[in-house]
Amino acid sequence: MVPWSYYTALSAVLFVIGVVGVLVRRNPLVIFMSIELMLNAANLAFVAFGRQLGSPDGQVIVFFVMTVAAAEVAVGLAIIVAIFRTRVRVSVDDLTLTRW
Amino acid sequence: MALAVFVLIALIAVASALGLVLRRNPVHGALFLVLNLFCVAVLYLMLEAEFLAAAQVIIYAGAIMVLFLFAIMVLIPGREELGADPLRWQRLIAVSLGLFLLVEVGFLFRTRLMPAERPSAAPGGIEAVGRRLFTDYLFPFEVTSVLLLAALVGVLVLARRKA
Repeated sequence: MVPWSYYTALSAVLFVIGVVGVLVRRNPLVIFMSIELMLNAANLAFVAFGRQLGSPDGQVIVFFVMTVAAAEVAVGLAIIVAIFRTRVRVSVDDLTLTRW
Repeated sequence: MALAVFVLIALIAVASALGLVLRRNPVHGALFLVLNLFCVAVLYLMLEAEFLAAAQVIIYAGAIMVLFLFAIMVLIPGREELGADPLRWQRLIAVSLGLFLLVEVGFLFRTRLMPAERPSAAPGGIEAVGRRLFTDYLFPFEVTSVLLLAALVGVLVLARRKA
């Protein structure tokens, strides 16, 4: 039986790696994948907490998170495709159109 | 035994996450992310969430990552982040901010936000999840269908070529 705090610690580490990936990388696709990593880390924490509390609510919420992640990926990739059509170079540093 | 499996899977998960962030080629990053998702699925199995483990493999590794790989292959054939990083100093700040966040989260988890370390009864598997999903969480469940429909329509509008 693995203590639940190990799961939350692993979840925290994975989440932080995802945060650093979003901050460091310039390729929008890699940034998207880092966001997926963060969502997964949060899911792992949900399941671990739900297991510890003996409640299925954590798993239900993970189900919803997966749905939202699927919708988010579809829309995000469509936006990236639309951007790629008009530009040659791909770096989020160039996408300053809507920046203040 | 379970602890050994957990340590092994955790090491693979962290290594693959680092691979995603550190490798320059986005295709390698996507494959590392698939490995990471499989590791999380194994952890779900260890947490007795069998349904989520299957859904993780089918939805994430099966559908979402295929979409990612398609986008990578279509959009940037071999085009990596080349050239000098114009914002090199930002990396140091980013990594130090990440470490700071890790310390913060670790500190948060050390406080007693949960009952003490005692294993409670199992949540009851897919049957309990399904029952909860269609009773207490029925409205959110219906809302997700609207969300998926909105995403579908939005993607069609966004991806359409200008006539």
